[in-house]
Amino acid sequence: MSELLHVSSNPHVREENTTSNIMFDVLLALMPAAVFGVWHFGWHAALLIAVTMFTCVLTEYIYEKAMHRTVTIKDMSAALTGLLLALNLPPELPVWMAVLGGVFAILVVKQLFGGLGQNFMNPALGARCFLLISFTQAMTTFTHVDAITGATPLATLKAGGEVDVMNMFVGNIGGTIGETSAVALILGALYLLAKQIIDWRIPTFYIGTFAVFILIQQFAIGNGLNLEFLAAQICGGGLLLGAFFMATDYVTSPITPKGKIIFGVALGILTALFRLYGGSAEGVSYAIIICNLVVPLIEKVTLPKAFGR
Amino acid sequence: MNAYLERIYNGIIKENPTFVSMLGMCPTLAVTTSLINGAGMGLTTTVVLIMSNLMISLLRKIIPDRVRVPAFIVVVASFVTIVQFILEAYLPSLNDSLGIYIPLIVVNCIILGRAESYASKNPVGLSACDGIGMGLGFTIALSILGAFREILGAGSIAGIVIYGEGSVLGGIFESGTPISIMILAPGAFFVLAMLVAIQNKVRLRQGKQRMEVKCCGNCGACGGCNDEALKAEVAKKEEE
Repeated sequence: MSELLHVSSNPHVREENTTSNIMFDVLLALMPAAVFGVWHFGWHAALLIAVTMFTCVLTEYIYEKAMHRTVTIKDMSAALTGLLLALNLPPELPVWMAVLGGVFAILVVKQLFGGLGQNFMNPALGARCFLLISFTQAMTTFTHVDAITGATPLATLKAGGEVDVMNMFVGNIGGTIGETSAVALILGALYLLAKQIIDWRIPTFYIGTFAVFILIQQFAIGNGLNLEFLAAQICGGGLLLGAFFMATDYVTSPITPKGKIIFGVALGILTALFRLYGGSAEGVSYAIIICNLVVPLIEKVTLPKAFGR
Repeated sequence: MNAYLERIYNGIIKENPTFVSMLGMCPTLAVTTSLINGAGMGLTTTVVLIMSNLMISLLRKIIPDRVRVPAFIVVVASFVTIVQFILEAYLPSLNDSLGIYIPLIVVNCIILGRAESYASKNPVGLSACDGIGMGLGFTIALSILGAFREILGAGSIAGIVIYGEGSVLGGIFESGTPISIMILAPGAFFVLAMLVAIQNKVRLRQGKQRMEVKCCGNCGACGGCNDEALKAEVAKKEEE
């Protein structure tokens, strides 16, 4: 044998995936929704996206410099947090509130708990809920493309009104910057699923449980098999954005396959409960951050047995 | 005289019950939604603390060791009841906004902690000064916390609107929006954490000892502030 055996320590199976690759792919997958949002809502939406992303990256840079840590802005996780947060904001939000949200997401939710990989809840959603509680008025004022402020389809549904499901599917409705177009979100989600960046279990069980819950509830209150209501509930609000892009966040979702299923089911039930019986028309972000908090427990009970024990 | 002043300095700065010893967290987090509420709670507690320290110090040779905690609680509860009646009569609005937290002063761990670790072992004058110091330290801490939360969360200070709708300054200040989460429960944690972090940083820079939470390290068996074992541990540490 002329060839030397290559001897190295483990791991022996390597992957090309790095943090920045994955973050870049997720950013790419969010592009359809972001572009649609800017096209649909106008320049202020673009400004919000740019400002939030910039704030997040800058906050991370300043904090890590001040604390003498390795600066990790190149892994693009801060930029992704910024984009996700911006997509969760209403298009007419004052810029300074978006800046405050960006600082909160990175500084309080992410860096104070130890930076990437240590945050106990999704930073973007943490910041969204912070803004939602602080500035309820501004955070729930949604402007339509024709500059008329109106209720989102979910609010209309909650009040018992009729909505056009086709418009909701395409995205020709009011809402936050990134959540309106179901098509754009599904496009991005398919890309992530095809590249195996996100696991199919969480979104499938999330949306599945949610759908079953809605159908049973509609049946129970005497509306029969109300598929139109179901379609509107799935396309409306932040369900798709949350299910594909935020519930699947690596840091704040369970790592075990069984855990992912439990996580998805819990999310579906909570979201449906919040939407149907809660005070507000939307419940995705609260459902996700509540489930984020129980992830360590879910992982503990679904820990697989080590081989040979 | 020096020893008396030392007790007061100790209570306000060196062993500040809120920022250093981390005692009495329940009223600290719950009622500091405004400067007035914070200061009101602090002063109410101060009055009870001074009176109970005085009384317990006077009775320290009579109270049998085995029933000392029930005896302390009876003394504290009597003063709390008196103070609550006074508040109801003369400051009904403060009484309403502090609500259940006035009766809860009975189980405030600062008061029981001082009774156990100081007043029951020291002469009357020193115990009263210890009560004044600890009480003022608590009042100052709660007032600072309340002021920050009120400015950030309601845009006002002591009820005077600074920015936001109806600002006394008018003009550009009318357009601001307060961050209302700051006067809700999460805001209490944010502001307290920031203040403790800042004063910790200052202390470290001054080369003084690091903030040390008075705790036995056995978190599994800890029942919080009212835990007897913890209090015994605190008392032991303070003796050292």
